[in-house]
This record gives sequence, structure tokens and C-alpha cells, in this order.
Amino acid sequence: MDIRNVPAETASVAPGFEQGYAVRTRGLTKAFDGHVVVDHVDLEVRDGEIFGLIGPNGAGKSTLIKMLTTLLPPTSGEATVAGCDLLREARLVRARIGYVPQLLSADGALTGRENLLLSARLYLLPRKERAERIAEALAMTGLEGAADRPAQNYSGGMLRRLEIAQSTLHRPRLLIMDEPTVGLDPVARNAIWDHVRDLRTRFGTTILITTHVMEEVEALCDRVGILHHGRLEKVGTPAALKAEIGPDATLDDVFAQIAGTDIEMGDEHGNARESRRSAIGHG
Amino acid sequence: METPANRVAVPSATASGILAAVEGYATQVQAVAGAEVSKLRHDPSEILTRAIQPAIWLVLFGEVMAQVRGITSDSTRYLDFLAPGILAQSVLFAAIFYGIAAIWERDLGVLHRYMVSPAPRSALVLGKALSAGIRGLTQSVVVYILAIVLGIGVDLNPLHLLGVAVIIALGSALFSTFSLIIACIVRTRERFMGIGQVLTMPIFFASNAIYPIDLMPGWLQAISRANPLTYQVDALRALMLTGGQSKFGLGVDCAVLVLATTVLVVIAARIYPRMTA
Repeated sequence: MDIRNVPAETASVAPGFEQGYAVRTRGLTKAFDGHVVVDHVDLEVRDGEIFGLIGPNGAGKSTLIKMLTTLLPPTSGEATVAGCDLLREARLVRARIGYVPQLLSADGALTGRENLLLSARLYLLPRKERAERIAEALAMTGLEGAADRPAQNYSGGMLRRLEIAQSTLHRPRLLIMDEPTVGLDPVARNAIWDHVRDLRTRFGTTILITTHVMEEVEALCDRVGILHHGRLEKVGTPAALKAEIGPDATLDDVFAQIAGTDIEMGDEHGNARESRRSAIGHG
Repeated sequence: METPANRVAVPSATASGILAAVEGYATQVQAVAGAEVSKLRHDPSEILTRAIQPAIWLVLFGEVMAQVRGITSDSTRYLDFLAPGILAQSVLFAAIFYGIAAIWERDLGVLHRYMVSPAPRSALVLGKALSAGIRGLTQSVVVYILAIVLGIGVDLNPLHLLGVAVIIALGSALFSTFSLIIACIVRTRERFMGIGQVLTMPIFFASNAIYPIDLMPGWLQAISRANPLTYQVDALRALMLTGGQSKFGLGVDCAVLVLATTVLVVIAARIYPRMTA
């Protein structure tokens, strides 16, 4: 079944929702104590694409993701996520998206299987299908052999795969991942990339990732949005963004051109809390 | 096809719709509590280490205070009087730990997984409360064994044991949810550590746990009567001891505990999401 083509099943389709977009925001803004962190962002993620959100530390990526996952209420603006209104139908949004946070979100004291069972119950997977879906998810992530070991004994790559399995057990229409390959070795990173592509192929899942790694963008993303000082500065295919700069430009050049101004300005706009959190994530 | 998404989406008003909604809610509560039970099963050593504190209170404090005349009427042995109080105390101390566990879960990132799920916040809070109840019950088994060893007149009537289980589960749910609310307000482990001590001691001492309310000065009696722990201990005295008596009546005790728990769960469900914002 192609989830992309399933019409929004309920009568409660948000006004303004247009078919074909997994995410659509209008003037989405977040300010903390008058300090604007996300500034009137109009983001469109098309159904079925892998969209990369890049930007320097403190650009507002994490705050934007927190709003899209309903964890943080926006200061102003509106959005439809997975066909539902972000403000009025938050619970429905949560039922239709999967989220892999930057921080470790699997419970280390539980086994892989127990972690998956937790998600299966929270997302109300029909009882009859639970065991089958969990087995399938374990197979897809190559964790069958480790399923009954506590997750705290997993390697970084295994944990990430478990977390993705937990977040996609309910076959979300949209999977959001916050820096999914930070701290992973190249082999583990490639395994994650393969898995993400596989999810799209098999289930038509739309994928929105944030990343610092330009290699990840090249390997995965159909389109990229560059966030800087809370504004969505540029959106396009990796090839188009490179072509804008010059014939031999790399994505690093694109990133440096946009983020470069930061170096002159110091880090006064940097969100200290966000940087600290990512420091924990990296450690 | 019925996908999880539209099961959440369609709150139909039909009888089967309501039944499905209730079943779904129960599943989500069970999801949270089930995870906790799995953890206890993986590492049950915690149950034993938590047995040390009630043992100290009963053996050291209890045996000495039992020599003091006048705390309880002559017909009641002080150790018997103390045992239900110490049972409630050990459960209270375990439940108060839930707030710091919630902050810990937030810092780790585990809480995000719960918060982005479609489970209603009240189901998450109730799941945690139920977990605390289960933990409290394992504590109670340890305190019962201690009490029997010390020769306390423990009532083993199955109906009374069931009553104790209900009261323990309620008390655990109440104080763990209270602790969760504090955690949502103070937000950091350091601040919680400070405030946790400051809260636990007054709840414990301004209650009938280790001495009767009648011994207290008037103002302290008033506070004790507003303290849910007093009603929990009162119910436990009636149910745990052979020939035990309730001062306020079991109905009043249960009503106070249920009402306080409900109010706290409603408040916690409202502010719990702030933890991940």
C-alpha cells in the first residue's frame, strides 16, 4: 500500500491543506523572550521526498523541528503536517508522523523488543499485528539477533536503527530525524542511509532530516533548505544550489557562503541551550 | 483499512467507539507501566536496597521509641502502631523519586519518545502513577516480611491484604504524581534534589505516620488533617493490623486519596508537556 496516495482519511482535514505536501508552513515563527529563533518560515516538503534541513548551530533547526513535532507551540504562523493542522490537530499530527530526536530516545534499560512493544502500544497498533510488525521491524533493521538484549549494550549504529524502527512501526506518512548520523562510524552511517532509502521505497515515507554533514545531503536528499538566523534562506536541489555558486562548487561551499557571515558576527545569535544540547548529543 | 492514525482520529460517539477509545487509552497506560515492570524485572536489586530504610526505622527507631510510655494507649504496642506508618513512608519515599526520574528521562531524551506519541498526556501520567503503584506493592511485600519477623500483629486476611494493596497503589500514584508536578515546575535535577528533601520530611512528620495526631499541637493537627499521607496511614492501620481501627473511616480515607490523586493527575497532564518544550 502506498501511504502517499491515501487521502486524509478523516473529515477533519485542515483548511488550507493541499494534497501533495507532507509539511507546509506559513510564517512559522518562534520567539523566546522576544528573541526570534525561527523567523517566518515558509517550508514545503513534498510527499515522498527526502528533504534536508541544514544550517549552522543556532540557526533554529531544532526549534523548527520541535514545532513540527508538536513539542513546542509556535509563537505565530500556521502549518499543516502530514495533512493535519499543527495547532488544532496536534494529536492527529503525532499519530501520523515519526520522530527520531537527536538525543538518545530508546530506553537503555529495556531490550530492543521491549522498546518496540512500548511504541506499538503507544501508537495503538492492533494487538494482532504487533508481534508481526515488531518482527518485521527487527528484520528490516538487522536487529533480530540483538532483540532480547538490553539496548544499553547496543552500539551507536544499532541504537539509531532501533530508534528509527520505533519511530516507523506505525508506518508514519512523515519521518522527521534530527541529525540522525551524528557520532556514527562510516559503516553505521551507510547502514542508516540505506535504511532511510528503503523506508521511502517500501512505504513511500516522506523524510525530513536535519544535518551538518554535506555528504549526507549528497547521499540522501532530493531537496535541501538552508536555515540561517531563523530564516529559510534557500531551497533547492543540491545540484541547483551548487550551480548557483559556480561550476565546481561543492555543498560545503554553499554552506560556507551562507554560514560564513556567522564567523564575522561571532556567535551572538547562537542559541546556547541548543549548542549545549548538541554537545550532549555528540558526546 | 483501519490504520492507527484513524483509530486515534475518529472519536465516534457510538458504544463501540467509546469502548475502542477506552481500550486504546488503557493500552497506552499499560505501555508506560509495562515498560516499568520490565525494568524492575531486569534489575530487581532495587527492591532489596529499598528494604534497608524501613528496616532501620522499625528496628532502630521503633525499638527505642517503644520504651517511651504515652505515645500510644497502653493496649497498643508502639511497634504495631509504627509498622503501617513505616509502610506508608517507604512507599512515599519511593514515589517521591518519580519526579527526578522524569527529569532524568527528559535529559536522556527518552521522554521525547512518549511526548511525540499520540497517547493523551493523562494516559502517560496515569501510566507513571500505575508504575509507582506497582513499585510500591513490591516495597510492601518487603515491609510485611520485616513486620512478621519483628513479631508485629499483621493481619493476613486476604480481603485485608487486597485492601492494603489498593491503598498502597493509590498512595504511590498520588505522591508520584505530586512529585512529577514538582519536577515539571523546577525542571532541573539539582533544584529537585533540594526541594525533594524539603517536601518529603514535612509530609512525613506532619502526619500520623509515627505518632498519633492527638499528641500534636492544634496547628500541626490542622496540617496533618490536610495531609493525604495521614489518610493513607489511617487506612493502613485498619487493614494491616489484626484488630486495627481506622480513625476517620475507610470510606473517608479512600475518598480523600482518590480525589487528591485525580486532581493531581489532571494538573500533571496539563504541565507534563512543558518538560520537553
